[in-house]
Amino acid sequence: MVTAGPPRPTGALSHPPGSPAPHRGRRPARGGTASRARRAVPYLLIAPTVLALVAVLGYPLVDLVVLSFQDMTRRELFAGTSPPWAGVSQYRTVFTDAFFWEVVGRTALFTVVVSGVTMAGAMLIALLMRRVSPWVRLTMSGVLVAVWAMPVMVAASVFRWLVDADFGVVNWLLGQLPGVESARHNWFEDPWQGFAVIVAVVVWGALPFSAITLQAALTQVPPELEEAARVDGAERSQIFRHITFPVIKPAFVMVTTLTAIWNFGVFNQIWLMRSGQPEKDYYLLGVYSFIESFAVNRYSTGAAIAVITVLLLLVGAVVYVRQLVRMGEAE
Amino acid sequence: MSVDSRARRGSGRRRSLRADGLGLLFCAVMAFPLYWMLLTAFRPASEIRRNPPDFWASELTLEHFRRAVASETFWSSVRASVLVGVGTVVVSLVIGVLAAYAVARFAFAGRRAFVLVILSVQMIPLAGLIIPLYLLLSDAGLTDSLTGVVLTYLVFMLPFTVWLLRGFIAAIPVELEEAAMVDGCTRAGAFRRVLLPLLAPGLVATSIYSLVQAWNEYVLAYVLLSSNDKQTVSIWLVSFQTSFGTDYGALMAGATLTALPVVVFFLFVQRRVAAGLAAGAVKG
Repeated sequence: MVTAGPPRPTGALSHPPGSPAPHRGRRPARGGTASRARRAVPYLLIAPTVLALVAVLGYPLVDLVVLSFQDMTRRELFAGTSPPWAGVSQYRTVFTDAFFWEVVGRTALFTVVVSGVTMAGAMLIALLMRRVSPWVRLTMSGVLVAVWAMPVMVAASVFRWLVDADFGVVNWLLGQLPGVESARHNWFEDPWQGFAVIVAVVVWGALPFSAITLQAALTQVPPELEEAARVDGAERSQIFRHITFPVIKPAFVMVTTLTAIWNFGVFNQIWLMRSGQPEKDYYLLGVYSFIESFAVNRYSTGAAIAVITVLLLLVGAVVYVRQLVRMGEAE
Repeated sequence: MSVDSRARRGSGRRRSLRADGLGLLFCAVMAFPLYWMLLTAFRPASEIRRNPPDFWASELTLEHFRRAVASETFWSSVRASVLVGVGTVVVSLVIGVLAAYAVARFAFAGRRAFVLVILSVQMIPLAGLIIPLYLLLSDAGLTDSLTGVVLTYLVFMLPFTVWLLRGFIAAIPVELEEAAMVDGCTRAGAFRRVLLPLLAPGLVATSIYSLVQAWNEYVLAYVLLSSNDKQTVSIWLVSFQTSFGTDYGALMAGATLTALPVVVFFLFVQRRVAAGLAAGAVKG
């Protein structure tokens, strides 16, 4: 009865890669046109998706690369003529520009800081949620979901109000600390402080997804194992390092990669916090590429920066997809 | 021994009390921005600008909401957002469910490659594609049109829709469809009469999630839509921010209005989508 296949509550996930789906075993393929037609069915089913992706994603991606080897200005855009070829000169301009490297460094630092803070915070919250009473856990989940649902626009507006120079509640709170003079303090004057606010918005918005996912992963940790280690006299940090963490590691890697990828492409929060006119100190790669294209009208330079950004992100994407494949998710 | 266990239980209770305290503190910090938004939106203007700030409102008012709704583009932006959201959801759902069905139920050459593409595509940052998308749509004469926005939203909705629906379909026992086919149903019939009804919760969850994403999207809509009457809610909120300057009462009322439908919808689907987002990392 092997051919019938076991009942599969999680569906196609549970059978090993490469093995045929069970229903095929049950209905042996007949020769001739009927089976050829049947073989075409899945391709017909994915055809619309493939077509749509090629049209709205594949074509623009290719166009982006082509554009980065040309020199497109406003004139070509409005005349509809094809822009002149420029070879690698856009890339040369970008790579020899010290400011570009500054932006790359800032983006990398931003990604590391936000992802680090988010993941550390999410891990602590997820661990804490295992120890609290049920009603506190319910409250925590409720708050997390409410925050998760907040649109980025709304979050940015609210945080701007919180750090408002004149009547912001953050300035007032800091002023309560002994020796801190914070009245009328403008948070965006110094880019380090401005970025502290931006990091706070991004982390605030990213914590819920990470914490909820890690918390769900923690429920997979067998309590007997932790109990046994405790009986054997293991420290709490040892239990976490050697028992708890290895179980949730796949989920942890996945969430970290996703968070890092999202943070690397952050645009909205900066754009909104700076009212659509970010100072140069606030440029990250996404903002830089956008401004080069749509504010300065150097579309090709913007395209070159975008290509570089996508290539850098591919590194993250490879880690993410490999993790999925290793977990048998991508089959 | 009983002394020992009692001591342990005591320390356990103390520990969980401390954990509860920490948990509540965390809730307070996390929820404070939301509380402050609502408080600012509902309290009279005279109480908003006050130093030191009051953490409780003496009276509630709807004047800020009235001002926000009266701003000229509010209703047209709601209309545009709903149209874009519904359009995106319908298109991505109709073509996404077919692909998801193929991936979940058929073994075919290229399936693995298709899945890998679907997964990697989600990683491409939207900001990187704005320029070519803009050029593509301006060639097609679809800038400043809601159709154009719907088309571009497909870029990031479709892969996710396929991935999420694939999970939902895989969770439905294939034996049900097989039984229907043994009883004389065609494959298409089994899909329509057996699978689709069972998939309804998954379809609802996926479409609500896409709807929320479309409602929240900002950059593409900002670049593509120039007419006032076609701007979406997120653009409305941002322009509101610049035009009202520091009228924080109206701004927070606008923020509340923008967030409200999203929060309500999100509460329904959060559980199902969380698992899909983590791509089954937490299945069980």
